Amino acid sequence: MNISLGPLLYCWPKTQVQAFYREVADSTIPLVYLGEAVCSRRRQMKFADYLALAHELKDAGKQVVLSTLALIEAQSELKELKKQLDNGEFIVEANDMAAVGMAREQGLPFVCGASINNYNRASLDKLHQWGMRRFVMPIELSKTWLQKVITPTPSFEVELLGYGYLPLAHSARCFTARHQGLAKDDCQTICIQHPKGLVAQTQEQQPLLRLNGIQTQSAGRCDLRRDIPEMERLGVDWFRVSPDGHDSIALAESLRQGAGSEVDPEIGKEACNGYWHGAPGMDYRR
Amino acid sequence: MELLCPAGNLASLKAALNAGADALYLGLKDDTNARSFAGLNFTPTKLQQAAKEVKSQGRKLYLTINTFPQPGEEKRWYQAVDLAANTDIDGLIMADLSLLDYAHSHYPHLPLHLSVQASATNIGALSLYKREFNIERAVLPRVLSIKQVKDLAKASPVDLEVFAFGSLCIMAEGRCQLSSYVTGESPNSGGSCSPAKHVRWQENQGCRQTRLNEVLIDSSGLNEQMGYPVVCKGRYLTEEDSQPGFLLESPTSLNTLDLLPDLAQAGIVSLKIEGRQRSPAYVEQVTRVWRQALDTYQNAPERFQSKPEWHAALAKVSEGQTTTLGAYERSWQ
Repeated sequence: MNISLGPLLYCWPKTQVQAFYREVADSTIPLVYLGEAVCSRRRQMKFADYLALAHELKDAGKQVVLSTLALIEAQSELKELKKQLDNGEFIVEANDMAAVGMAREQGLPFVCGASINNYNRASLDKLHQWGMRRFVMPIELSKTWLQKVITPTPSFEVELLGYGYLPLAHSARCFTARHQGLAKDDCQTICIQHPKGLVAQTQEQQPLLRLNGIQTQSAGRCDLRRDIPEMERLGVDWFRVSPDGHDSIALAESLRQGAGSEVDPEIGKEACNGYWHGAPGMDYRR
Repeated sequence: MELLCPAGNLASLKAALNAGADALYLGLKDDTNARSFAGLNFTPTKLQQAAKEVKSQGRKLYLTINTFPQPGEEKRWYQAVDLAANTDIDGLIMADLSLLDYAHSHYPHLPLHLSVQASATNIGALSLYKREFNIERAVLPRVLSIKQVKDLAKASPVDLEVFAFGSLCIMAEGRCQLSSYVTGESPNSGGSCSPAKHVRWQENQGCRQTRLNEVLIDSSGLNEQMGYPVVCKGRYLTEEDSQPGFLLESPTSLNTLDLLPDLAQAGIVSLKIEGRQRSPAYVEQVTRVWRQALDTYQNAPERFQSKPEWHAALAKVSEGQTTTLGAYERSWQ
């Protein structure tokens, strides 16, 4: 199975981001997504910084894709998006229809991210006609759904989030700032204090959600490693690891070497895989 | 500015018409719309009746087909579009690319409104839908500040409709998986958020526990005013908290009465009242207040002030009996 590394969804200090991607450059991971996909108020890493990293990764032999914001509300965010589209070298992962629209207008190929609603083949064929080269499946869809959507075999690639915390929703509200009693306009980029987000649990101590700024993630980590052989049979091209630390790099490399199917099932206690099995996303099905 | 009201059945539709709605929106009795609750919505025969009733009074009617066709079952959604095209309606509210494409190519004269489920929050997305499918109008997600709404209205290639009152989605609509994460069913794929069959209340030592697919969403006092249980309005704790709190949002409804002049001046064409799943009494009450508010504004825009009795009447039918301006107000964000 081909392994990709999704964009870093958390806010880390610039030096840590750079160190992380230098390690990625030294790894065997062939496809790397790069860029701020959650919040435009995070300004540790500027576009030029990401572009510099993109070049380093490319020089190290990686295929690099620039990930765009999932929720675009302001003119300034559209300007940033335009910069990403206009980079002249790397394709983008469109996480909002604005990015799809710009790519289409400029005749640029793009990857369609998981936060764009794609539930059927006719919609995917439309996007393919507009320039989509690769489709990242929305997280809530199952293997049964995927199988139907990619039969007959399409001429675009298929990728899915196989390992990592699931992005469940995006809001105008910053939940991390709110939790600290800060207004969003004066958030002090407080999310930097939570390098894996802030876990919210129920009043029965059941971890449920993971607050990551304006993004709400799953508390549980989606783990579809044992399903890799099945994905290969279905025709999935890329298994995405969504990074949450340096361990993610080693994990992605081990999967590349075929470590998926013999994963210890005990991992299920902290993991979830429900969506893949057509069940609630938080469930773990054996 | 149009007052657009919800109808989950003919009784609500009549209530809205009586109370002064300019336009109505409704869905078919299946999972082609995102309020697919048992006992709600319209069969094809009822749709014809509704159309007759609404058009005889010179008002407008829009049909909502805003879920995403499931693979292998697309036909049902296409048939819904065909039905709409053969009914006397004024617009189709849709989100799925393939459906917009189908309607645009087969029925180019049928006006298309982009559903909030398409999550178009910016000029780039709106322009794409305009260019490709010639949409006439878009419903804006409840994630924009009033300033962002105004900026967008200035540049938008299509008419804009906003949510004026009702349940408050705090996430970008159409892209929220909180319901399916806990229940396996989402508005996009299954036709409703937090379906009632997964909800369970139990009383336990003076507390009311609210469970969604057995997950404890909240624990409240027996007399506390609670809203319909959804994941985003539950009480949780982080490792930094000693007491549970509404970490995302508390039960509350959106109420934009005070923004009416801003919305009008921005050129918003339609004010949407949420609540196809609510009772005819709710529809009547909310429509009546908003009719008065709109008429008051239109008679003397410069002197408009929202009245305390309007707020009081709306608070009564609001979740938790409280209302908010939501994301329209920057400080809420």
